[in-house]
Amino acid sequence: MIQNSGRSGCLNTEGEVHATEVKVNEVEFNPQFVSRMIPKLEWSALIQAAEGVGHRQDLPDTLVSNYENDEDFLHKVHRVLLEVEVIEGSLQCPESGREFPISKGVPNMLLNEDES
Amino acid sequence: MALHCGKTCRQYLLHLAHDSVDFRLPELKALLALRGRQCDPSEAFREKSPFWRLCGLLEEDVRSVMSRTVCGKSAFELWGHGRTAAELKSSLLEYPIEKMTPFLQEESTYKINVYTFNKTLLFKDRIEKIDALGFLPFKGKVSLKDPDHIFCLLEDYGLDPNDIPEEPFHIYFGRWVADGQRELIRSHSVKKRHFIGNTSMDAGLSFIMANHAKVKAHDLVYDPFVGTGSLLVACSHFGAYVCGTDIDYNTIHGVGKASRKNQKWRGPDENIRANLRQYGTESFYVDVMVSDASKPVWRKGALFDAIITDPPYGIRESTRRTGSHKEIVSPPEDFSGESHVPVSMAYHLSDIFADLLNFAAHHLVMGGRLVYWLPIYRPEYCEEMVPLHPCLSVISNCEQTLSSHTSRRLITMEKIKEPEKSDVLAHLADSRFSPYQGHNSFREKYFSGITKKNGKGSERTATTESDGF
Repeated sequence: MIQNSGRSGCLNTEGEVHATEVKVNEVEFNPQFVSRMIPKLEWSALIQAAEGVGHRQDLPDTLVSNYENDEDFLHKVHRVLLEVEVIEGSLQCPESGREFPISKGVPNMLLNEDES
Repeated sequence: MALHCGKTCRQYLLHLAHDSVDFRLPELKALLALRGRQCDPSEAFREKSPFWRLCGLLEEDVRSVMSRTVCGKSAFELWGHGRTAAELKSSLLEYPIEKMTPFLQEESTYKINVYTFNKTLLFKDRIEKIDALGFLPFKGKVSLKDPDHIFCLLEDYGLDPNDIPEEPFHIYFGRWVADGQRELIRSHSVKKRHFIGNTSMDAGLSFIMANHAKVKAHDLVYDPFVGTGSLLVACSHFGAYVCGTDIDYNTIHGVGKASRKNQKWRGPDENIRANLRQYGTESFYVDVMVSDASKPVWRKGALFDAIITDPPYGIRESTRRTGSHKEIVSPPEDFSGESHVPVSMAYHLSDIFADLLNFAAHHLVMGGRLVYWLPIYRPEYCEEMVPLHPCLSVISNCEQTLSSHTSRRLITMEKIKEPEKSDVLAHLADSRFSPYQGHNSFREKYFSGITKKNGKGSERTATTESDGF
């Protein structure tokens, strides 16, 4: 069973994200939403995904403490969470190697009949 | 906070729309819960009445409720009430004068409205009733256009349009505080929405669902049967970030046949994101994916503050999932040629709800809510059929009748504990699991009712708009 949590912009996936087309949108920054999302993310997976699409910038390897008050840091997470979007690419499951295509910004997670 | 308590506490009068009557009290309770307020209806409380007296609240609580409710029309600070004009007068004379005077100042302007429920009054009768309030110490000037303060005399002539009394059963007088959000029903009407499907949720109900789910700003909300995103539109309006999945590739991508009468194919700007953009909430769009709800792809752990959804009933949208099965149901024809669903297999209704509850138990935050519609074949309905889960508690169950033999129920559940291994299969041992299974043939029962009426032998009959399916 595939285990990932998807956000096309940046994925909490334990697998790899490949992108052939990435878009960066401008989305209104909401520090409270970002603060609430951070504990729900798997930080290492976020970093890996951000790197995979070439938008890691200077996100740290481990989560900083007291991030709720660090607006700069929240901005960086906001960018990668809501602004960076994979338009064309794929998600790869770490266990099976199965690739799920992303097309027009939408991942297609459906398995074929012989796979389930 | 109590509904209809004794006279001594400060009271507000809530004037409700006479619409979606069963959904009103759960909506109010949920909105008060968002303010940390309990709601205890007293014995005198008449739920079907359009007038509810609320006590034990601050004005900010009332304003907060009115900023969200689509069931509530207006709220008033209640100055007096009674069963007769005489009782109203003595009640008003008892109201502390120091609470009135700030709003009756000489320099201010005011107007008095008269509202009668279940009766039409002649203009002169309204004027007479306003004049009868002359004993109140109004010092300001009357201004019908943009007054500083608005007061209202509200009269309740009962619930029976065929038996309207000469005198009202109850009269209220109060200072207007705030209006509800019923305007959203018009402004967000599906008729004007860019992207719709056959089963897009009606605007009023989608906002009621968001309220039942206690959606609030900065929440993360998920719809596993997102379709055209009507529920996400409502949630984003209240400041929640939204995401959704659907098995139907065409709907998620906004391609294929249009649902509008005069339109053949969907246009380029028809997708969920465009719907959010239409109402200015695009910044709350998190993501959508093509995914099979019976095979969730999410990482373990609590992620969502609320899950709000309208699963397919098998009438206007087929219930399907990926996988192979001996009896293969072929997917409907579609424009792009590739259905993107490898094989469609029957997804039994009872399984849809078991999976949904299980998913909610695992992926909701503690205290988070699941709100969904449960289609019901009325002749066989009993409360025991409402699906249960050890980690979720049923908060409300509201019926919307669709025909003589079908209805749907809006079920609201709240997560009360984290799942343990034993909980995953708990529903199979649950004696209630079997009762709902009868609904797996819901589609046949739905159509059988119609063909019986027509006396026709054919299996298919056109569904009408009012079915809501």
